[in-house]
Amino acid sequence: MLSGLNPFAPGFPSPLGWALLSRRSLFSRPLSDRGGKAAVGHESSLRGLVSKTCTGGGRGEAGAVTRPFRDHPYPSPRVNVVFVDRSGKRIAARGRVGEDVLRLAQRHGVDLEGACEASLACSTCHVYVSEEHLAVLPPPEEREDDMLDMAPQLQENSRLGCQIILTKELEGAQFTLPKITRNFYVDGHVPKPH
Amino acid sequence: MAPRGLGCWRWAARPRALLLPGAAFPFGFRQLFCTLELAPHICVVGSGPAGFYTAQHLLKHPQAQVDIYEKQLVPFGLVRFGVAPDHPEVKNVINTFTQTAYSPRCAFRGNVTVGRDVSMSELQEAYHAVVLSYGAEDHRTLGIPGEELPGVISARDFVGWYNGLPENRKLAPNLNCDTALILGQGNVALDVARILLTPTELLEGLLILQKTDITAEALNVLEQSQVQRVWIVGRRGPLQAAFTIKELREMINLPGSQPLLDPADFSGLEELIKVAPRPRKRLLELLVRTALKPPEAKGIDRRAETPRAWGLRFLRSPQKVLASPDGGRVAGIRLAVMKLEGSGENAQAVPTGAVEDVPCGLVLSSVGYKSRPIDPTVPFDPKLGIIPNSEGRVLGAPGLYCSGWVKRGPTGVIATTMNDSFLTGQALLQDLEEGVLPLGPKLGYAMIEPLLKNRGVQPVSFEDWEKLDEEEVAQGQVAGKPREKLVDPQQMLRIIRH
Repeated sequence: MLSGLNPFAPGFPSPLGWALLSRRSLFSRPLSDRGGKAAVGHESSLRGLVSKTCTGGGRGEAGAVTRPFRDHPYPSPRVNVVFVDRSGKRIAARGRVGEDVLRLAQRHGVDLEGACEASLACSTCHVYVSEEHLAVLPPPEEREDDMLDMAPQLQENSRLGCQIILTKELEGAQFTLPKITRNFYVDGHVPKPH
Repeated sequence: MAPRGLGCWRWAARPRALLLPGAAFPFGFRQLFCTLELAPHICVVGSGPAGFYTAQHLLKHPQAQVDIYEKQLVPFGLVRFGVAPDHPEVKNVINTFTQTAYSPRCAFRGNVTVGRDVSMSELQEAYHAVVLSYGAEDHRTLGIPGEELPGVISARDFVGWYNGLPENRKLAPNLNCDTALILGQGNVALDVARILLTPTELLEGLLILQKTDITAEALNVLEQSQVQRVWIVGRRGPLQAAFTIKELREMINLPGSQPLLDPADFSGLEELIKVAPRPRKRLLELLVRTALKPPEAKGIDRRAETPRAWGLRFLRSPQKVLASPDGGRVAGIRLAVMKLEGSGENAQAVPTGAVEDVPCGLVLSSVGYKSRPIDPTVPFDPKLGIIPNSEGRVLGAPGLYCSGWVKRGPTGVIATTMNDSFLTGQALLQDLEEGVLPLGPKLGYAMIEPLLKNRGVQPVSFEDWEKLDEEEVAQGQVAGKPREKLVDPQQMLRIIRH
């Protein structure tokens, strides 16, 4: 259900996996810069990557250029996106494939709240997705739609940040935080009678 | 004894600040400034979502000192006492609030009732600004004859009772009847209906309510409950119902209960559904789909075991609570049949003249919450039940602010409250920056503390709350629950002092 968020779900790197991945990316950079032939056209799924990293991890850590590493010169593919915060300020963020947008925002100091901690019980991480990237996202599941229905200032391109998992297709995507309205009940507004 | 929360924060934050290259300088720099510049002292009244989210925003000011006052012994307001026990995910927000409370510039002052233990004028003397975030602690009354009969209770008290609110712990609702009727069609009404109908017996290997933080007392009463049928009654139609789709879906999928929806209530809505805004549209589509579903699709085998059912009754307004022959209890309710004038959200219900008597042994009124005025010196709009304000600035009262339900009325979800609290925080910080608030020396809590001491008030700190929290979690573990809430203030004070 929440496989994209659950750090224990298959396909999501374990803390150890992340540690290994980040080390590897450090070592891999010179190779890809040199334009090594292995660098071209490899788009490995994170799942495959993690298992390979984990199996070959011992030697990789030692710094030797190991087999799985050469096969995957982009061990932790990055995605560049932009947040537009509530004041209209643009904040560039570099995320990892597999990371969710709520976490990415919080890592970059964007004021996106995750009140229910990505358990689909609130709509505080509501964002607008740039139109050209909206179609790239898997359609929201029913529970996300139910929460979006309660989000203040819902739009056609509204999604919950915690449910958007970064993929390479989201390169260049823009996530806009809804403006906080001046007042929900403008002075003089009469709350609905029950 | 070292303050634990504070210790934790320091431990987490300091090494990080020192490790980051270049971070050590601003750190020291900031400390230097702290001593030179005057720190604004701000107090927030109420520690629910509005209070904590406002405090969170105010703490963005690099020196602001924020004290959160709370009349209960424990923090978090309706997150603890309002959110249904079977919605634990919603309570995750407590983690965010706890982080706010761990800030060395934020303090929780529980067990202090503003207006009784300390006056508003004292707070305004001690603090540069006071934010009122005390919510809506009252409920709207029905204003009909028979309302005072035993068996008529407010949904608010019922919610407080199953959620362990100390003042409601002796409610002891009598569930020894076949039918309960809830007046009102908001999410509180659906929460109450769901708690009344959720099976307490072992269901498909699951103990649903038993694994929540519902109080042991409430669980015990619910296990003895005879309630088989719950009517949820609204004055207006499906287009105006206030509940949201998540809560409705939970009712429809409630194990062991079947929905009783009259297809006639939904006929002729097709055209309106098409043009309705998305949330209303999805809600109505779900209602219509459920109402028109043939009975066999609703799981007959399940129904055979448990004849529990719930239904929505539209266009009915309560007229009179009917008493049992001996006059000692509720036996039913007389509902006026209404029709709608106008359309959409603003349609008005007007009586048709017809009435309908519905037998029931329990009436729960869930027609909305209401804020109370806190002090004669604070402006209050009794008609709207809010503090008149402009973007959180209390009208005609410089230095006073408000956020949450007392600011905009008792509606909306946590995201709504978060937004308006941030907005209030923003307004206050802006006023600070622009010098609208006089920044003379103020003592903050240092002025309030001796007053409380003289009056025999024992404030509860966040560290004290963590003691209670630990005790609750430990007690819950025995029963396999996330916590067993402490409901007796005397016992809580004993644990704190221990």
